Amino acid sequence: MPEHRRDYIEHYVAPIEETPLQATDKVSEDVQPLSLWAEAWRNLRRQPLFVIASVLILLIVVVALFPALFTQTEPNANCQLANSDGGPAPGHPLGFTIQGCDVYARLIYGTRASLTVGIFATLGTLLIGGTLGAIAGFHGGWLDSVIARIGDVFFALPLILGAIIIMQLPFFRENRNVWTVVITLVVFGWPQVARITRGAVISVRNADFVTAARSLGVSRPAALVRHVIPNALAPVIVVATVNLGIFIVAEATLSFLGIGLPPDVMSWGNDISAAQVSLRSNPSTLLWPAAALSVTVLSFIMLGDALRDALDPKARKR
Amino acid sequence: MAWYIVRRFLQMIPVFFGATFLVYFLVFSLPGDPIQALFGDRAVNPAVADQLRAQYNLDQPFLVQYFLYLKNLVTVNLGNDFSGRPVAEVLAQVFPVTIRLAILALLFEAVFGIIFGVIAGLRKGRFFDGTILVASLIVIAIPIFVLGFVMQYVVGVKLGWAKPTVGAEAGWSDLILPAIVLGLVSLAYVIRLTRTSIIENLNADYVRTATAKGLSRPRVVVVHILRNSMIPVITFLGADLGALMGGAIVTEGIFNVPGVGQRLYQSVLRGEGPTIVSIVSVLILVYILANLLVDVLYAWLDPRIRYA
Repeated sequence: MPEHRRDYIEHYVAPIEETPLQATDKVSEDVQPLSLWAEAWRNLRRQPLFVIASVLILLIVVVALFPALFTQTEPNANCQLANSDGGPAPGHPLGFTIQGCDVYARLIYGTRASLTVGIFATLGTLLIGGTLGAIAGFHGGWLDSVIARIGDVFFALPLILGAIIIMQLPFFRENRNVWTVVITLVVFGWPQVARITRGAVISVRNADFVTAARSLGVSRPAALVRHVIPNALAPVIVVATVNLGIFIVAEATLSFLGIGLPPDVMSWGNDISAAQVSLRSNPSTLLWPAAALSVTVLSFIMLGDALRDALDPKARKR
Repeated sequence: MAWYIVRRFLQMIPVFFGATFLVYFLVFSLPGDPIQALFGDRAVNPAVADQLRAQYNLDQPFLVQYFLYLKNLVTVNLGNDFSGRPVAEVLAQVFPVTIRLAILALLFEAVFGIIFGVIAGLRKGRFFDGTILVASLIVIAIPIFVLGFVMQYVVGVKLGWAKPTVGAEAGWSDLILPAIVLGLVSLAYVIRLTRTSIIENLNADYVRTATAKGLSRPRVVVVHILRNSMIPVITFLGADLGALMGGAIVTEGIFNVPGVGQRLYQSVLRGEGPTIVSIVSVLILVYILANLLVDVLYAWLDPRIRYA
């Protein structure tokens, strides 16, 4: 149902005692109404959930970019088997892994791989799924059906199952790194983004402002890029944010199965996987990387939730 | 309604062929010569190798292999795996285990998910609601294998309430703990979905009407709110059945459940084409049929869908 955008905007209504009765509902015409995004931002700043999630994500990004700021210990240089599965020691607050490496340093340096996979898998699914979904929704007809069926084909294969098969292909087997894991996740992750984008594009495709633009002579592709997509972006961004967290979990799961990142790449998934054997003797080697992973994923899910509330005025009023 | 079902069914056919073709294509380009793998380090007699290749259609071009495979699939002649066992027999052995596991997981998430979701939705903003929301978020954020390890250690080893590993028998009671682990993440989704759905319906006009005409609160909740709130939940549960069966690889690995996922993982590592493709084809079929069932159920529950 195409709804006019202005309906969403809550105009300022002056208290009755401040204005003459006739002017109560009058809105000053020369004040520009806030855009959806400006209004969402105004709402977001006041939400504790959003603030907490943003601060956490900012911290995680800084850790990923500059790990050396957070620890002086080289994660792999001073591993000594004498320290194997050791508890916390001065300078090593979280103890040691079974190989005698510093858990805290590996935690800090593992951030980058996990976050890179999450971010680039999300960007990839947005690029492919977003483009195909927008075209399917805007064009409609046979193209819509074809894209929907192709998406269904990839949807019918569960992510982990498809990933296992792809990661065994010769090219992927020989080049096991962050990028091949990203490609695998994108191959099976794009249909979901495509579906959401398609739905969002269909809901604004027939809006009055698109018809107006078309009747002013704007070409179809230009109308899609300039008018439809910016207004259909909100639900897609929400899903992408939540997906970022889910891709980080997927990377860890693939690494756990031994078909994700190679063991020499430091990542939370690999650390959790390597800590399996120590679960009974030194559970903290498993629990710390798992906690880091969960906090990261939680931050992105919370950010997505906050964005959804801010961008969906219907949910906000309730 | 009949037309709706037929239309949905016809849409499923290209998806099935597309998905099986995709898998067949991927498996066909797997590295390594499976015939050589069969013999390990020993040299293979070329005549024997050729005969084996012919037996598994490995000497044919790719497309021919795919169509031969489809023909065999239709006639339920799935061939043998590389140790000479009929694939149909392998399937008959592993699928019941995973079906049991998936049904238990589905029951677990449906029962607890709906109960918790309804309570949280009816008491929106109170303590129980907040706790449930935070708990479900945390469950979603923890990778399933971490949940599996911790549950296996705490419930299986420390408390001794369940067998930490399942083993060859895999009866219903052995599978309860793995099923809980498998269903936990979906449980969190069911809770959140039920809660949202209940809250949405609480404010609906027909609920106000029902209250206004003097119906008791329990009757309004059970007959009016609950019935209408279940539509999206049932959709999710139906689609989840296929996902649970295909996604059980990790859980089956941790708890040593001799099901589909474990067998599939081994087959992929061995490059055992016929077994991989057969298992995945059946999984795709289950997924597609579950989705078809959900669509039909959805149209039956909500007549607006089938007339749209």
